[in-house]
Parts: sequence; structure tokens; C-alpha cells
Amino acid sequence: MVTINELQEGFRIALQSIWANRMRSALTTLGIVIGIVSVTLMGTALEGLSRAFDKSIAQIGADVLYVQKWPWGGGQDWWKYRNRRDLRIEHANAIERSAELVASLSPIIGTSQDIKYQGKYIEDVIVVGTTHTMIETNPANLAIGRFFSRSESEGGRPVCVIGSEIASSLFPNESPLEKVIKIGGYAYRVVGVFEKQGSLFGGESLDKRIYVPINRFFTQYQSRRGGITIMVKAKSLDLLDDTKEEVRGILRRARGLKPRDEDDFSINQQEMIIQIFNQIGGVIAIIGLFITGLSLFVGGIGIMNIMFVSVTERTKEIGIRKAIGAPRRAILLQFLIESSLICFLGGIIGIAIAFPLSLIVDQILPTAMPLTIVGIALSLSLLVGLLSGIIPAYRASKLDPVEALRYE
Amino acid sequence: MAELIRLTNIVKIYQVGDEQVHALDGITLQIRKNEYVAIMGPSGSGKSTMMNIIGCLDTPTSGLYELNGMNVSDMDDNELARVRNKEIGFVFQTFNLLPRSNVLHNVELPLIYAGMPAEERRERAKEAIARVGLTERMHHKPNELSGGQRQRVAIARALVTHPSILLADEPTGNLDSKTGEEIMALFDALHKEGNTIILVTHEEDIASHAHRIIKLRDGKIEGDFPSRKRPTPSPATVS
Repeated sequence: MVTINELQEGFRIALQSIWANRMRSALTTLGIVIGIVSVTLMGTALEGLSRAFDKSIAQIGADVLYVQKWPWGGGQDWWKYRNRRDLRIEHANAIERSAELVASLSPIIGTSQDIKYQGKYIEDVIVVGTTHTMIETNPANLAIGRFFSRSESEGGRPVCVIGSEIASSLFPNESPLEKVIKIGGYAYRVVGVFEKQGSLFGGESLDKRIYVPINRFFTQYQSRRGGITIMVKAKSLDLLDDTKEEVRGILRRARGLKPRDEDDFSINQQEMIIQIFNQIGGVIAIIGLFITGLSLFVGGIGIMNIMFVSVTERTKEIGIRKAIGAPRRAILLQFLIESSLICFLGGIIGIAIAFPLSLIVDQILPTAMPLTIVGIALSLSLLVGLLSGIIPAYRASKLDPVEALRYE
Repeated sequence: MAELIRLTNIVKIYQVGDEQVHALDGITLQIRKNEYVAIMGPSGSGKSTMMNIIGCLDTPTSGLYELNGMNVSDMDDNELARVRNKEIGFVFQTFNLLPRSNVLHNVELPLIYAGMPAEERRERAKEAIARVGLTERMHHKPNELSGGQRQRVAIARALVTHPSILLADEPTGNLDSKTGEEIMALFDALHKEGNTIILVTHEEDIASHAHRIIKLRDGKIEGDFPSRKRPTPSPATVS
């Protein structure tokens, strides 16, 4: 058994030796430093991506189905999806009439318009046409005012609810409520303002949107009453799959599909995006691991090389220690501790370098260096040290004391 | 007095190229506790090999080596290390101290490998350092000491485990004659205190401190007789 004495002595010699050869040790551990910097930054960036994703995905809503012409993330059969029939308001009505598991349902359709209020312009604002149920289907809250009512929705009244960014741009010093703005040349009265929501997947801001009654949308921006997305909120998350089946059945009937026909629509949900994200994240992680592994491998070879030098330099010392009774394992331990310590120091230096860099990454992605990554990086550097020290240490422990003593 | 070392027909053969060199060629001898022995011989006589075997740094090709009743001749590396640690105190011609460690740590070292707790270890090391008269130099590094002082540190390191044998290989070889005499006086005193001492040397002056002289030539014992007497061909061993 390794004694505490031997461990202490091992650490003592290792520190002494690293300090005596500080320049050499520092250069040797550079490979490990680079490896650890890359592993921690990789982990930090992935964490950032994941956090940004989680924030965005929450806005989609886990219990909301998106019935659309196109499936999310399925790009192969572009022509097949292209030739599908549009989803129309009638389909939304059909679901609303007969579905039992649906809590609320909203058709939505979007366009891009310029808006104007008393000489102030905002270009390319997303204008969403929808119904009064939107406020139940979409998990966003109003800051002030109200969403448009059922009668305003069905009557296609010229009222709108605006995003917080539009509110602050157009109405910096006054309440937007009851003001009339021009959307693509048509006048609308503002009845409500959403709370700040942020952006979806780092893309366009959800706060730069305007919601108008869909019936008005079709008269003013698009006469073709199709091409909508139907948002369907399930009564509960547990019932999501059942709801999906129910919606599917209703739609197939409404669209006159025969039993053998394929669906000519897609029912999308949050989970699909999560799957896609996990796939992409997995690929990034594998590539990152490969690069990191490579640099740690190269670093490890450097450590092994310098440990061989160290063993040769200290042949005489090994001889002395053996002569006065150091067992093999004590010599083995001594060199293993030295190589691990060099690598561990490299790991600490690596983290010390990576931490400020992660703060820079934080400017781009909301992130923080995860503690688990710090732990993994340090254990990894220790492991590399142990592995690259084994062969030199074993060789040292096998030295013949007589020959080692004679070595000059 | 009790027998400490028994060598029976020890043979050590080295392979040098195609040739086999019989460094030791059938050595048989006994050494008792508290003997003061000098092993002498010209270079190539096998005295270094003999020292390595007695010191358990090396094992014989054939023959039996019993140390304190243990059969040492077929022990493995780790068992030999333990025997060296417990039973043998080495004093080398070139001192062989660890240059980066101070006197105290150098002397402590064998006790570290013996697994002794720190406090007890420190006490024992200080005792041994005091015995060789270097208490004031305890925290110096070897390169801050004179040759004689370094050899005293080496002797303290050899003494610290209270070994069965002090094994000194040309202990005055790197010292001037005055310092050499001081070191030999120290060995004489240590012998009087009950230690068993084996000197390996080629110098008559040094050997004359011992009470028994074993002369080697070509790997064989050429003579074995009490010191300060005329060499006699017949072995006058105390066996």
C-alpha cells in the first residue's frame, strides 16, 4: 500500500522539480493549456446556445400544436410540400367545431408592412392576422390595454395590438392606447400593448409585431383567404398526443382525404425543434470533442516526452532513493504525481485564460462557464497527466539501483 | 556474538558481450554482530560486487545469502528495498545526497520510506544529525557543506534507521587525509557503540581501522585475518 509518507514525498519532489524547471514545465504544459481553453470555451458556447434555445423554445409553448403546410425541419421533399393545398380558415373552423381536446385555437397569417404614426415610420414590421382567441393560445401577456374582442375579430374591425418595441418607438412620450396608426396605408386603432418578449432564436424581435383581426387582414393585405397556420393549444400537456390525433382526424375529413392518402398538412410542435436542436448540438459537441481530444493528445505526448527527460536526468536520484529503501511504487508515484501536477497546473492556467474569454462569449450568447465544465476540464487534465506519465514512471521504477547509482 | 551475515558459495556472473565475467566466484564467509570488517582488494577483484550483494542492491547468480536469518538471495525488488531500508545503512564515496533537499530532509528520507509518522521521524533524524555533530547545519543544503560535513550527513542518514549493518564504500575516497581520519574516527566510535561496520576500500590505512580484513582477488577470498597482524594464508575467522 502507498503510505501517506510516500504521497507527501511524491508531492514534495514533484513541486520541487516543477519549480526548479519552471520554464520547461510551463512550455510543456502549453499543449494542455490550449486543450483546456478549447474544452471550456466549447462547453461555454454550447451552454450559451442551449440557454438561448431554451428561452426561445418557451415562447413556442410546449402544449401548442402548429398545423401548417410545411413540416419543421423536413427539407428533403420540398416539391411534395410545395404542392400541398393551403390551409384555410374553414379548416380552422372545422377543428373548432368538433374538437374536444382543444383548449383554444387561433389561425394566424403574417405579412410585412411599413407603419406610420404622425410622421414616424417603421419599416418591415411583421403584421399578424389572427382572431381574439390568440391571447389564450399564445402564452404572452399584455402590458396595457386589452386584446381585441370577439366581435371586433369577427367583424374585422380596424383595431390592433402592438409589440413593446413598436410602442416605445412610435409613442415615446404618450400612451399608445386609442391612437390611430397606419399599417401599410390602412388606419388601425391601438387597443393594447404586449409585454417585452425578446426574440425568437436570436432572429427577429417578437416585440416588433402587430396583431390585427384576421378578417381585416384578408380584406386589406391578402385577398386569398388561405395559407394560414392554425395554432392549437391542447387542454393539457399530457393530452398533446391525443389532441394531435384528434386534430389530424378532423383535418383529414375536412380536406376530403381517403383512408390511404397521406396527410397533406403537417402538425408541428415544440418537441420537433428540440429534436433538431439536440441533433445540431450533438454534432457540434462531437466535433468539439474531437478537436479538444486532439489537442490534449498532442499535449499529453509533450508531457510524456518531458517526463522521459526528467527520469533520465534524475537517474542518480532514483538510484539513491532505491538504495535507501524506496520501493518501486514510491518511485512510480513520484513521477506520476509530477506529470499529473504539470497537467493539472496547465488545466488551472487554461481555465484562468478561458474564463475572461467566456465573458466575451457572453456578449454574443447569454452564457456562463458551467461549473461542470470546469470540473470536467480539471479531471481531464489530471487524466492526461496520469496517462502520459505512466510509461516514464514505470521505466523509472524498474531501474536497477546499482546502475542508477553509477549514472553520472 | 550472534551471526549477522552468512554467505555460502556466492557466485555472481556478468555477461559482458559474449564473455561471462565471474565477478564473484564462490564466496563463503560469515560476519557477526558488532564486527568491524574491511573488504579489500585491487580494482576488478569483485569488492564492489560483493558490496552490492551484501547491501542487497543486487542478487547473486547462485549461492545463498542469509542476513539476520532471512534468505535474501531470492527476494524480489520490493522485498529487497524493504531489507535495504531496515537493515542496511549505506555510506558512499560520493556521498550521494539529494542536492535539492536540506540536511534534515536527506537524513529523514529512509524513515519516510519506512512509513514512520512525521513527528517521530523528525526526532530520530535530529538525533542522528546530533550524533554526527551537524545540528547547527540541519537546514543547509548539501552544496553549502564541506566534503567532510557531507559525508557526516550521509553517515547520519545511514544511522537513522538503526540498521544492522553500516556499509561504507570508500568512505574517505573523496576527502583529504585529515578529514578522512575524522570520518574514520567517527566510524570507530560508532563501532564502539555497538554497530556492525563493513568498509570497502583499497587503502591499507583505512582498512587498518577495522578489526578484521577480508582480501579479495579475482572474485575469490584471498585472505581473511584480524587487522594489525601479518597476513596469514589460513583463514583466521572467528567462525
